Amino acid sequence: MTPSTIELPVTADDYRIARYAAAAIALTVAEAALPSPLPGIKPGLANIIVLVVLARYGWRDAAWVSLLRVVAGSLVIGQFLAPGFFLALAGALCSLAVLAAARHLPPRLFGPVSASVLAAFAHIGGQLALARVWLVPHDGVFYLLPLFATAALAFGAINGLVAARLLAIPVAMPVVKAA
Amino acid sequence: MKDRVPDGLRELLAHAAGAGHAPWRTLLRLGDWLLLLAAGVLVAASYPLLWRGGAADRAIVKRDGRIVTELALNAPRKYDVVGAIGTTVIEVQPGRARVLSDPGARQYCVQQGWLTRANAVAICAPNHVTLQLSGRGDRSGAYDTLNY
Repeated sequence: MTPSTIELPVTADDYRIARYAAAAIALTVAEAALPSPLPGIKPGLANIIVLVVLARYGWRDAAWVSLLRVVAGSLVIGQFLAPGFFLALAGALCSLAVLAAARHLPPRLFGPVSASVLAAFAHIGGQLALARVWLVPHDGVFYLLPLFATAALAFGAINGLVAARLLAIPVAMPVVKAA
Repeated sequence: MKDRVPDGLRELLAHAAGAGHAPWRTLLRLGDWLLLLAAGVLVAASYPLLWRGGAADRAIVKRDGRIVTELALNAPRKYDVVGAIGTTVIEVQPGRARVLSDPGARQYCVQQGWLTRANAVAICAPNHVTLQLSGRGDRSGAYDTLNY
């Protein structure tokens, strides 16, 4: 093999983000095997990882993990650049925007569950908006809103509780925290 | 994380149910409860709000594609339409309408029964008569295709 002259410096940040993104991608792939009653209704287990990363390492890392999850996850399940990929991307971008705003909620009153529920609603909102504009150019898609909103509330609450539980456990693995 | 994988089903289930952890409810703060409550109320409120959009308020009766009459769906009444092979009787009741009788051989439009949602259509093709419901604020052609 020709020795490469290009070396990409890998920081501790990169390792950490890659580790969490791998966990999120694994959950995405596992979830793709679950049957869904309605296209678009999914537990969104990978968002548990995003919430944990958000609470521990901040919004920038959470955004990296979330977007890497969408891109690499869709590559693994063969959905890259398919409509489902763009819906997932729209949902992820909207929920990241909401999470950025939700960080300013007083932490004494609002925990990961609130962040999770808000992000779940943003996720479904972004998906429905893109579906309305692009895939189903008819207001008929909004008839399904109550079902999507119910799923968002239920799964958002459950994912938030799981994230809160994980965050309550002291970090066992070596934390490589670069400034 | 536990440094040991639990063995035995009972231990595994107890672990999954949260043994040795703080109870689930302690993970929720006051604002979380309020937000969940508000979200639950909003979600519940969205159900009738969105499904009411399909309610009909007028029945449109056509013969050969031309509107014969429009009937308001607020009082019971019957309406006779003379078509190509006989008389079709339309019956209206509050919020719904149907083809009561039709001279057609197969009676498809009669057997469709009551129409309740906006844009629902009963077509009595042999007699060239159609009954269509219309709702508030909907555009004509809100459906993509009709098959008969």
